[in-house]
Amino acid sequence: MYENLHKNKTLQLILGLLMGIGFGFFLQKSSVTNYDVIINQLLLLDFTVIKVMGAAVLVGMPGIYLLQHYGYAGKHITKGSIGTTVIGGLIFGVGFAVLGLCPGTVAGAVGQGSLDALFGGMIGIIIGTGIFATIYPRISEGILKYKPIKYETLYEMLGIKQAYLIVFCLIAGVIVLYALEYTGL
Amino acid sequence: MSGKVKRMLEMFTQVTWSPYIAGAGIGVLSWLAFLLSDKPLGCSTSYFRTFGIIKKTVHKKGMDENPYYKKYKPEIEWQWMLVLGIIIGAFISSTLSGIFELTWVPDMFAARFGNNPIIRIIIALIGGIFMGFGARWGGGCTSGHGISGTSQLSMTSIIAVIFMFAGGIATAILIYGVV
Repeated sequence: MYENLHKNKTLQLILGLLMGIGFGFFLQKSSVTNYDVIINQLLLLDFTVIKVMGAAVLVGMPGIYLLQHYGYAGKHITKGSIGTTVIGGLIFGVGFAVLGLCPGTVAGAVGQGSLDALFGGMIGIIIGTGIFATIYPRISEGILKYKPIKYETLYEMLGIKQAYLIVFCLIAGVIVLYALEYTGL
Repeated sequence: MSGKVKRMLEMFTQVTWSPYIAGAGIGVLSWLAFLLSDKPLGCSTSYFRTFGIIKKTVHKKGMDENPYYKKYKPEIEWQWMLVLGIIIGAFISSTLSGIFELTWVPDMFAARFGNNPIIRIIIALIGGIFMGFGARWGGGCTSGHGISGTSQLSMTSIIAVIFMFAGGIATAILIYGVV
């Protein structure tokens, strides 16, 4: 729809920066740029991270669906396998708890003055991605292709209409968030 | 100034917002990213591009043969600017609320392991290495899979997020020794 805009490299760099500023602002205001908040989420003592992610998904989902449905946006779904998601997810999880931040929130932590996030976290993530690139040629045809995920989306797997599943997710999501508030987590 | 405008301005100086308001804001940003930039919100590939940019200048050997550098070229693009923007946005937010502070050791970490900055930096570095490695292995992070992928009900993203949290919860419990 906005192909000329999408192709304009300079403008895209500016848009990326502006959206990043908004993203960083929201992350910082929600307090998920703090190590303690992330660790307390992983210890299941405080559900701020889940609340932020849940609200983002519940707002994002219907909007992105409508944009895609009316041709204003494309699909951006990463294809993966059990080899990528399970192993990659678990390794990521170890880093998540040891660093106490994730690739987005670590940048936010740097912005609020956390020097450990800058000299430890960000540099560590850069090194980690580099190590992965080094071994990538040796695993790209092997373990990364182990059991490819058959269905691209949950609604294809369940065989129901996307719009119905979205409505269900919105209702279920609100109930879950309401239950979290109710139990005081 | 009317009361309503004043209250809105006061929001910017508040230390924390409701996680639902902040999360909803991120949701709206994800619409804008799809609409205006044809991109999902994501962060982890930018770290790899940074690695490539550094490697290109100091030690180019092996880069041309490795397909991963073709998949994610060592260049500054939309998502790289997004991560830069996150730093700036968090700086603005924390400065407006007066909580910007240079720190080395988070409180909980200090309570568990003491407040030696060198120990914290080493542990953060190790955590970061795992995270960068795992994010690229799994094809995304908490924003790429967790928000953008899940918003599209992507199976790959849903499975990845479950295992990210499973790994994170198990490791955090091991580290902090609480059950």
